[in-house]
Amino acid sequence: MSELTPEEVKHHIKTYVLVFIALAFLTIVTVGISYLDLGHVGGIILALIVASIKGTLVACYFMHLLDEKVTIYWTLIATVVAFLILIFVPLSAMLDHARI
Amino acid sequence: MDIPYTVKNRPDTGLYNGKLGVWLFLASEVMLFGGLFSAYIFLRTGVDDWPTGTEYLDVPLATLNTLFLISSSVTMVMSWASLKLNDFKKYKLYTLITLLFAFGFLVIKYFEYSAKFAHNPPYLPSTNNFLGIYFTMTGLHVLHIIGGILVIGYFYGPGSKMWNSDPERFTNRIEIVGLYWHFVDLVWIFLFPVLYLL
Repeated sequence: MSELTPEEVKHHIKTYVLVFIALAFLTIVTVGISYLDLGHVGGIILALIVASIKGTLVACYFMHLLDEKVTIYWTLIATVVAFLILIFVPLSAMLDHARI
Repeated sequence: MDIPYTVKNRPDTGLYNGKLGVWLFLASEVMLFGGLFSAYIFLRTGVDDWPTGTEYLDVPLATLNTLFLISSSVTMVMSWASLKLNDFKKYKLYTLITLLFAFGFLVIKYFEYSAKFAHNPPYLPSTNNFLGIYFTMTGLHVLHIIGGILVIGYFYGPGSKMWNSDPERFTNRIEIVGLYWHFVDLVWIFLFPVLYLL
């Protein structure tokens, strides 16, 4: 993160507290969703959406990704592409299985 | 000989070396946990009947553990912000709280695992695929928590002497330790619903 003035750091601290409150609230929401009858697929999708929002908050604010350098963004783009390939390998196997 | 770019940013990357190094390490960690998430999807989609986490696992305890980890994440970033404000006492306080939350996480995990082993018949990794992937993923995550405690503990204790000799470098060290710790939190954010709730 670039050099920060004390005022900017104090502003960041307020943001951290707000993000913490949002994360705690979304944790309760995640548990609440599991008790709703949304169907199998609906429950999975909603729970993963909430988890993704929480993950984005942690990455953007606690890990300061919003203010990072391009080098980090390129590293992460490459990581995300590799991760998606990894996740879609079993899904493609599942589709093959369905065809048989 | 001094190690270059521990404080100043490298002109080509725009970052100090430690930060880029930790981000590259985290990229490899994404692939490590990604492989296990991939295995989980493979196992789950390969069978017609997959147990819900509530059949085997303790959701209230895991919810408490989630709150412990997100609390430790905010205290970790606060410890870095305290150093940015030249407040070393607050840094020590927030780091201590971070360590307490991390130990709290381990204690709860101990109770969770103990309950599985004490069950009759015992719930072991060999019992079924669900418990196999549960113990593998949470076990690897626990190892990361222990690693984090060791490093954060070092910078709370002997490693904090660097604040007196090279405060900027020390602040950078806490920033990158924080990156690792937030990543460990981030992994749990996905492990919790995937294993316990779905």
